[in-house]
Amino acid sequence: MQALKHRWPIFLVLALGLLLLPLAVQSIGAGWVRILALAMLYVLLALGLNIVVGYAGLLDLGFVAFYAVGAYMYALMASPHLIETFESLAQSFPQGLHTPIWLVIPLAAGLAALAGALLGLPVLKLRGDYLAIVTLGFGEIIRVFMNNLEHPINITNGPRGLDRIDPMSLWGLSFSKPLVIADYKIASVTLYYWLFLGLVVVSVIVCYRLEHSRIGRAWMAIREDELAAKAMGINTRNMKLLAFAMGASFGGVSGAMFAAFQGFVSPESFSLMESIMIVAMVVLGGMGHLPGVILGALMLAALPEVLRYIAGDIQNLTGGRIDAAILRQLLIAMAMIGIMLLRPKGLWPRPLSQSAGGKSQ
Amino acid sequence: MDIFLQQVINGLVLGSMYALVALGYTMVYGIVNLINFAHGEVLMVGAMVAFTVVSLLGDSGLPGWVLLLIAMPVAMLVCAALNFAIEKLAYRPLRTAPRLAPLITAMGVSLLLQTVAMVIWKPNPKPFPQLLPVDPIDLGGPVITITQMLILLVTAIVLVILMILVNKTRLGRAMRATAESPRVAALMGVNPDRVISATFVIGAALAAVAGIMWAANYGTVQHAMGFLPGLKAFTAAVLGGIGNLPGAVLGALLLGLVEAIGAGYLGDLTGGVLGSHYADIFAFVALILVLTLRPSGLLGERVADRA
Amino acid sequence: MSLLEITEVCKRFGGLQALADVNLRIEAGHIHGLIGPNGAGKTTLFNLITGLYSADRGRFVLQGTSYRPQSVHAVTMAGIARTFQNIRLFGDMSALDNVRVGRHIRSSAGLWDAIWRSRHFYSEEARLREEAMALLDYVGIAHYAEHRANSLSYGDQRRLEIARALATEPRLLALDEPAAGMNASEKNTLRNLIERIRSDGRTILLIEHDVKLVAGLCNIITVLDSGRVIAEGAPDEVQRHPKVIEAYLGASA
Repeated sequence: MQALKHRWPIFLVLALGLLLLPLAVQSIGAGWVRILALAMLYVLLALGLNIVVGYAGLLDLGFVAFYAVGAYMYALMASPHLIETFESLAQSFPQGLHTPIWLVIPLAAGLAALAGALLGLPVLKLRGDYLAIVTLGFGEIIRVFMNNLEHPINITNGPRGLDRIDPMSLWGLSFSKPLVIADYKIASVTLYYWLFLGLVVVSVIVCYRLEHSRIGRAWMAIREDELAAKAMGINTRNMKLLAFAMGASFGGVSGAMFAAFQGFVSPESFSLMESIMIVAMVVLGGMGHLPGVILGALMLAALPEVLRYIAGDIQNLTGGRIDAAILRQLLIAMAMIGIMLLRPKGLWPRPLSQSAGGKSQ
Repeated sequence: MDIFLQQVINGLVLGSMYALVALGYTMVYGIVNLINFAHGEVLMVGAMVAFTVVSLLGDSGLPGWVLLLIAMPVAMLVCAALNFAIEKLAYRPLRTAPRLAPLITAMGVSLLLQTVAMVIWKPNPKPFPQLLPVDPIDLGGPVITITQMLILLVTAIVLVILMILVNKTRLGRAMRATAESPRVAALMGVNPDRVISATFVIGAALAAVAGIMWAANYGTVQHAMGFLPGLKAFTAAVLGGIGNLPGAVLGALLLGLVEAIGAGYLGDLTGGVLGSHYADIFAFVALILVLTLRPSGLLGERVADRA
Repeated sequence: MSLLEITEVCKRFGGLQALADVNLRIEAGHIHGLIGPNGAGKTTLFNLITGLYSADRGRFVLQGTSYRPQSVHAVTMAGIARTFQNIRLFGDMSALDNVRVGRHIRSSAGLWDAIWRSRHFYSEEARLREEAMALLDYVGIAHYAEHRANSLSYGDQRRLEIARALATEPRLLALDEPAAGMNASEKNTLRNLIERIRSDGRTILLIEHDVKLVAGLCNIITVLDSGRVIAEGAPDEVQRHPKVIEAYLGASA
């Protein structure tokens, strides 16, 4: 921890670089800034899952459910859908349903945390493999519900999804339009990027502080040996619930931001593949190690774009069978198998404390 | 009443196919304490290989049932070899690793198999030719097709063979011993690696049969076809008591019945609120209920979660 | 009033009666030994006392208050801390962190304290660090504070486990075969440590196979055989007890 304090010039340069990045990249194309913004959302998701998997050692294969909860929550609270579906609401909210950002973030976090706690309650006593499958089941259940809750009452609009979602706005400044300062135009995606970057920074600080605290140590004890943790008097059930809820809250906030950014949500965005990808980010990057998790998230988020460049050639080579999406799936699958065999702690794992050189049992 | 009986038949047929896959899950779990996430994909591979064989021989003029007879051992062989390789390359090195590791690997293998299948056979669903006469046989109300009868018959035969294998042969004894206590079994001269490989191979063969039956029954094959049946078969194995072979069959038949009957009546029961597309999550709900309320399953021993 | 009083404890596993009508009374400040041939039920009784299993029947009273050993963490909070026969440390964590986890129930900084880094958080962390270092020092491995727990030697790992258990401020320290796998000099160091713990006012329950160690350390020894108490008393009494000798079939003392 002392080392961090001495390295602050590096952080400053890094921070400036990250802040100015989109402005530099803007000229090449707004598409790239969009990718950066989405990457930030994935980093948020990975950080959240890291609390569950990396700190507490619980394999959650349905993390995308919390992402969906946050996204749909914001979509319902900031789009015309509910007004159009329910007459009574239309009368109470003649100007439509809009939710300001300072309400959205805590609400999304809270709702997702609640979902996490409810989900966790029955299942956290299960052993690793069972927990994984059950959480996978929950993820699928949520998706099926999102896909089908359109009759008898239309809540989620089924597979069509919800659109016309309000963009984010901060102090009256709407993110849907570019910001013009003097003669300089800052694209709307850049504003989103900065907002997400800010959320990521806050999240990293929160995660770091949790990791180096009594709570973090308890989580890691549970991960190392749950029985021994119990023998230390730790109420492991409550601690696991806490990890679940905290991780879920990150997912919820990320989801709400996603809904605002995209302007549209549908059940397709919340598939099992997404959950697996987030798990892959944490595992490949370095479970329980913040820099590793961020690296994993950035790598896998950027992967589709990188692949687009080389996919063209491969597509020609294989007669059109392998496109960018398939290639990405292939690479993720092989990476998951490969990393477990070759570098099970991830690409950038926690630096181990020194060895005392004794014979380890 | 006829509808009910019809659903019972459908349920038993569905349950038989689940049983074949569930047995693979439960055997592997009993021996290496691993949920082989990729097992559902073995079903898919079996179906796809059979599809290829049948397509290649389609113009040979051979009758449908002969094609089926040829396709089955080919598919079983391919799946057995595949599972053998997967166990040896991906799971064996991780036997002493923390429990998270083989889970992640299994997920990776599952994804890999699906993606490779997508590449080889292209993503769109393919029709599996009707190899057996289609006309259903009237049982005095409900009907049953020859394919469905075959499924029930084949499953029964396979189960008998498996029971003989597990209870009367040396390999079966070795498998049971290793499942009880690997160390003691090793001390008795049982080679755990061989037993584990054999378990994976047998499980794969069963799944291959299930895959072919599935393809024949539903008439289509596709790279993603193994995911849901795999998950449901796993639920069935847990329902019956993981590690318990008769339990897996019982759980599978029960699950098949619930799914068939439930899907038929769900709409009526809930006044149209929940349609039959919710049928897919039955298995998940059942799994969560079983694991929360009776984790040992119907026939299994108490799963001690301590330590 | 005794520190720990257990009466009429019974435990059955399927067809096997592991413990039948076992009574145990441990006086404060004593080192109480629990011995018996393999399969006698020592570990079962131990696990019952510490909440790993639940008894079919029996009363458990700790310092006058009856407790139901239903869950492991509740037992620890009530004041009984244990070590494990096959050392269960938090391997990848440092020795210091291991002991700090032991202090978990004697500290209170929660989620908000951690996130907002309140004054309470900082003062408590400083206190925890001091206390943990003191405990490491007490058992003699302070120089390994930042080292990974599973990189310590076997003997040091045992000591770390004891330090960690002590960190929970137990009224009763229950040690499960702490000398297993140790050589003579390691056993000596361990013996001194246990003596020191006792002289500092703690009560200890000890399962051990090394009869010499047990005889040298314990005030009272309870002997189990086939799930029943067959003898109890001071070491020399117990060693001469005919039933004990019979149970061990003449194993050298």
